[in-house]
Amino acid sequence: MTTRDPLVEVSGLTVDFGPVRAVDGLSFTLEAGGALGVVGESGSGKSASAYALLGLHRGTGARVGGSVRVAGTDVNTADDRELRALRGAGAAMVFQDPLSSLDPYYPVGDQIAEVYRVHRPVSRKAARARAVEVLDRVGIPDAARRSRLRPHEFSGGMRQRALIAMALACEPGLLIADEPTTALDVTVQAQILDLLHDLRHETGMGLLLVTHDVGVAAESVDEVLVMRHGKEVERGPVARVLGAPREPYTKELLAAVPRVETRRVVPVPPQRVAEDEAPLLEAVGLRREFGRGSGRVAAVDGVSLTVHAGRTLGIVGESGSGKTTLGRMLVRLLDPTAGRLRYGGREIGSLPEKELRSFRRDLQMVFQDPVASLNPRRSVGESVADPLRAAGESDEGRIRDRVGELLERVGLDPGRYERYPHEFSGGQRQRVGIARALAAGPKLIVCDEPVSALDVTTQAQVVELLSELQRELGIGLVFIAHDLAVVRQVSDEVAVMRRGVIVEQGSADAVYADPQDPYTRQLLAAVPALDPGLAAARRTARKELARA
Amino acid sequence: MTGFLLRRLGGAALVLLALTALLYAIFYVAPGDVAQIACGPRCSPAQVAQVTEQLRLDDPVYVQYAHFLQGIVAGRDFSTGTGTEHCAMPCLGVSYQSDQQVTQLILAKLPVTGSLVIGAFAGWLLLGVGTGVLSAWRRGRLTERVLTWLTLAGSATPVFVIGLLLIIVFCSTLQWLPAPSYVPFTENPEQWAWGLLLPWTSLALIESAKYARLTRSAMLETLAEDHVRTFRAYGVGERAIIGRHALRGAVAPVIALSALDFGSMFGGAVLTESLFGIPGIGRELVHAVKVVDLPVVVGMVLVTGFFVVLANAVADLLYALADRRVVLS
Repeated sequence: MTTRDPLVEVSGLTVDFGPVRAVDGLSFTLEAGGALGVVGESGSGKSASAYALLGLHRGTGARVGGSVRVAGTDVNTADDRELRALRGAGAAMVFQDPLSSLDPYYPVGDQIAEVYRVHRPVSRKAARARAVEVLDRVGIPDAARRSRLRPHEFSGGMRQRALIAMALACEPGLLIADEPTTALDVTVQAQILDLLHDLRHETGMGLLLVTHDVGVAAESVDEVLVMRHGKEVERGPVARVLGAPREPYTKELLAAVPRVETRRVVPVPPQRVAEDEAPLLEAVGLRREFGRGSGRVAAVDGVSLTVHAGRTLGIVGESGSGKTTLGRMLVRLLDPTAGRLRYGGREIGSLPEKELRSFRRDLQMVFQDPVASLNPRRSVGESVADPLRAAGESDEGRIRDRVGELLERVGLDPGRYERYPHEFSGGQRQRVGIARALAAGPKLIVCDEPVSALDVTTQAQVVELLSELQRELGIGLVFIAHDLAVVRQVSDEVAVMRRGVIVEQGSADAVYADPQDPYTRQLLAAVPALDPGLAAARRTARKELARA
Repeated sequence: MTGFLLRRLGGAALVLLALTALLYAIFYVAPGDVAQIACGPRCSPAQVAQVTEQLRLDDPVYVQYAHFLQGIVAGRDFSTGTGTEHCAMPCLGVSYQSDQQVTQLILAKLPVTGSLVIGAFAGWLLLGVGTGVLSAWRRGRLTERVLTWLTLAGSATPVFVIGLLLIIVFCSTLQWLPAPSYVPFTENPEQWAWGLLLPWTSLALIESAKYARLTRSAMLETLAEDHVRTFRAYGVGERAIIGRHALRGAVAPVIALSALDFGSMFGGAVLTESLFGIPGIGRELVHAVKVVDLPVVVGMVLVTGFFVVLANAVADLLYALADRRVVLS
């Protein structure tokens, strides 16, 4: 056998955005048919590296240095025509957000056909036929009819399948997938990863998978490259890097990844809930409807739960399961359509706003998006002071002192009172959000996806902070998240939601170790495993579950 | 779809009804002695009294308004002093000046203004969208800067300056074109087009400026979107990206603005009509305002309003056709 050129050969790659060096001397090769995972946290330069493989920085003002050869094309020196010939035919890319990555105005099949005709001299009709063929191949049922639909008429998972179909159309030697499952629910993510896995084995194409999620990489690649600050930290076979990391950063990263197998670690065991201890918050048959007339839907359809002081209730579910609506009702940011909500023994579900005011300071909320939930035009100190002012505090000196204490308590420098949100990192902004929730001295905090916008290392710190505060202040927590592993790490009790109802509820250990509901089992089987051997086993389990 | 159309038509009718009430209030109720105005400044009190009776100005205001509405939907009779004259629906009253029925007056002027507006509309859409596409395509280069400068100059220049310049250059100096005049299309289509060429051009030049800017910014916005990146990453050429994907994003705002401009141009092309001597609605409206010919003013404003409402309803439909995510409800 003659030696062949590698499919991808990158050497000394640099990408500069103005004064910022996003990629700093990256080198790697990928053999034909191989699969490489590029893993890193936000800002590590992983996506910028992937874009450089197709010359996508051209014309954007970014400066690219070093050399990149993909499928025989020297990307950095190729002219526009050669580059266009490579894009889509030699190497194809799948993007993160499948909705915005397709043109909203044209039918999906036409978009795939358009790309196909760029590279193959075929008639419009033949290109359309090819589009239907690849849509069928990626598992879109009734592909001929669906190819005439526009992207908004597809579900999230179907859209990502359609993008993969577009990538397959010209049978490229390399598939570059940039966070292909980040915008998807965990069960859909598992389906897409399984599809990529099967396609790779069937077509023999190479895969370069860019992801922040180590579990996703473990499921899909042979080799993994860990990036940080634009540089390679560690590279090697996936089982070795994830099983026996050599570099401190890799170890730190892996330690921070929440694992669904890991139960909550509590240094001091929480006080047992006495049989007769009254719950802090109790919901019975809570229901919330949206819309009018025939368009009326119940986002939450009869949910009953209890939250105890000093303990955490985790609520886990996929998008559209009603978990956010439920969370907002628990603190009365939304009015329940029906059902009862009792706080400290008093019915507050239908209390008018005026009488509710005295309860507002006890019930607080931390939101998902730390950027959008802070007013960008006010200093963080002012934002944290809001609940104090709302509670009637008017002494400026006392407010300042208290805000300083709160900022310090959540691990921020109290001297940054006058700073604005954009001067803080994502994790720090979430700390500000937590400080604001603490300001009024709450008894219960509902956290709605508090860490899902954060990198894993930051995620771990924020989770740690929340449980510290809980131990210290004895607050009851409701922790809403789509990530099963995170929920397990923080929760004493867990409720699994689907389509507005709780399908399973119990102690975290019981639900995770011995799930009773088929949906819970499906969810757990979909969680990517860090160990490639376990990942393969889970893949088999998924296929069995699907067949059953 | 049918439901949407019915609701939209109902809404349009309500808007027009409100417009009639407003116009009636402003012109007939507010400014004092309508009879005196209708009769003319030199009428004797006896003549004014006669006119008052003829026009039934003694009736309560709401009765008068009801008569006015009745005229529009069913027609009404007018006393001419010597007898009665029937004014068929949609009757907008009778001119104080010429005793001509306003509806007839407007119907006579409508083809004139229609000719002007439709030609200019086609011109400014082609010119504006074309310029916008070109400057989005050539963004950051000399072409774009020149085009931006030209469109700015275009929108900043009043129509009578551009129009006069065009007349001086093409009719007087070069003598390529005859002096602008209006010849009905039915009489001689060729002369119709030649006569309107300069008015079309001057209106199109001025109006196209905002379309160029709108198209350019909408296209630049689309060009920055993720799906354009997708097609670039699949080797689709810049020409197809501009023409197929980016332009599509500019369609909706252009439709919305077109609807407003197209409708309001029916009453609003006053300057152009006056400058080029085109006997259209705008010019007639100015004349009617000058001589306080109330029925003509009210009728013409109502007709303009009708076209604005109509154009917007059509725009909503086109909008939904252009973007299938829009649900008509």
